[in-house]
Amino acid sequence: MNTPDIAALAAQLTAGEISSVELTRHYLDRIEANNARLNALVHVCPDTALEQAAASDARRARGEAGTLDGIPLVHKDLFCTDGLPTTCASNILRNFVAPYDATVVARLKAAGMVLLGKANMDEFAMGSSNENSVFGATKNPWDTTRVCGGSSGGSACAVAAGLAPVATGTDTGGSIRQPAALCGVTGIKPTYGRVSRYGMIAFASSLDQGGVLARSAADAALVLQAMAGIDPADSTSVDLPVPDYPAHLSSSLDGLRVGVIEEFFDQGLEAPVADSVRAAITALESLGAQCVPLSLPMIGRAVPTYYVVSSAECSSNLSRFDGVRFGHRCEDPKNLTDLYTRSRAEGFGAEVQRRILTGTYVLSAGYYDAYYLKAQRVRRLISDDFRAAFEQVDVLAGPTTPAPAFKLGERNDDPVSMYLSDIYTVAASLAGLPAMSVPCAQVDGLPVGLQLIGRHFEEAGLLRTGYALQSATDWHRATPESSS
Amino acid sequence: MSLGPEDVHKIASLSRLAVDGQQLDEMTDNLSRILEFVEQLQAIDTNNVPPMAHPLGDVPLRLRDDLADAHIDRERWQEQAPDTAEGFYRVPKVIE
Repeated sequence: MNTPDIAALAAQLTAGEISSVELTRHYLDRIEANNARLNALVHVCPDTALEQAAASDARRARGEAGTLDGIPLVHKDLFCTDGLPTTCASNILRNFVAPYDATVVARLKAAGMVLLGKANMDEFAMGSSNENSVFGATKNPWDTTRVCGGSSGGSACAVAAGLAPVATGTDTGGSIRQPAALCGVTGIKPTYGRVSRYGMIAFASSLDQGGVLARSAADAALVLQAMAGIDPADSTSVDLPVPDYPAHLSSSLDGLRVGVIEEFFDQGLEAPVADSVRAAITALESLGAQCVPLSLPMIGRAVPTYYVVSSAECSSNLSRFDGVRFGHRCEDPKNLTDLYTRSRAEGFGAEVQRRILTGTYVLSAGYYDAYYLKAQRVRRLISDDFRAAFEQVDVLAGPTTPAPAFKLGERNDDPVSMYLSDIYTVAASLAGLPAMSVPCAQVDGLPVGLQLIGRHFEEAGLLRTGYALQSATDWHRATPESSS
Repeated sequence: MSLGPEDVHKIASLSRLAVDGQQLDEMTDNLSRILEFVEQLQAIDTNNVPPMAHPLGDVPLRLRDDLADAHIDRERWQEQAPDTAEGFYRVPKVIE
């Protein structure tokens, strides 16, 4: 029972074949046996998990349990969890215990889900390999000498290795989709504004969006359904009804128009990955979709645009970490400036400092127009490309990453080479579009992801496409050997 | 665009980050590479293209009613603070 989907677990719970306490113990045992090797979770909470599971079993006995009730999960460690450590994998928040629940956490708790623990990540969600964690890198369960991707790497690893049936993640420039692809799980970043950001520690506020990493599109649909919707505590959450995602799933893609992003098949893409993604697109055709090549001319400029915009927003957001109200404070500050500068230098890792400095620079007097405003203008051009494309097609498709998981340590010397890991994912983030990665092949035993991008608020179409592919293929059922 | 250690020193001070010694040289090199990388944006014609601040386009933000609502109490928040006294946050003396 290492890798059943949520529907199967829910059916077993409903039939009384298993209790939530037993299910929770199962996953806690798997964490106990595997986490030292994988480093996917940075905090495990067995006592509260078993309490929540027992409460779920009691609700079920009274006939009050919904589909997700009693299903365990892990949260990425940047979602605030009331009374539990919430560290963002940063030294500056190493001892922080959140005094409230993020809206996502509260909603999934209200649905009866059982929190097993908090997932490792790149510090403050800045990274593509999970190597920027103060707790050390999470390993890829398919090959522990390789990265699991980032920044929601702990979440992706936990789901792939069967340490949890599902996990939350956040995506600013690819942080759900890229690790989902490298670990062989299904990950969806909803439209900007679909999921509340309240209690999600901010990196770049015009890009950050919470989502789900799951074993299948069907599972992602169930959990996204419970997370999404307007929240009075987040003024950027959008007041639109949340469709019944599970009800929209269909194994036929008749009438669906899919645009294949030609720029993504450039020289940067490894040939076996290109072949795998093309094969997945052929599979979509055989399910009824019409696939046409499409060009998005500005998409090649998305990575530099993203690094200007996201670093600018990061430098502003992270100014709240000042060693005064919460988080790390340096020893014996000489004066207030010394308190700020040393607390922050001791608290933030190298990549976070690089982004803060880059962001401060592009926002500083004399450079604001040339860098920040320029990037915001290019952002509009990129967004306009998508708008034009979606007049012709319903869904865009291409690879999630240019290559399967790379080796640990391989890209640590050059920040720019690491940034290029996100070459195919950042554009959808800049345009606020929903996007998803579904496993579509393996190359030399390493998973490859197919990326699907949809119109604003059309997550249902992505989930339907992923579900149809997963009805016809088995890639999402593959499990790393050591975890089976 | 290449930066010198002086530039990085200035940005670090604006960012309230203590960066010095070997770290300063490393950051100078890193930041120069990053700026060189984003320099390619300058070649794009963006005349008459307004900057895009919101990812969904030009949508107005929702305002809530200006009324007090539920909040987290001060004591609970201050449990997280490095140093407090009588309900205040303590910092080194600012006024001599």
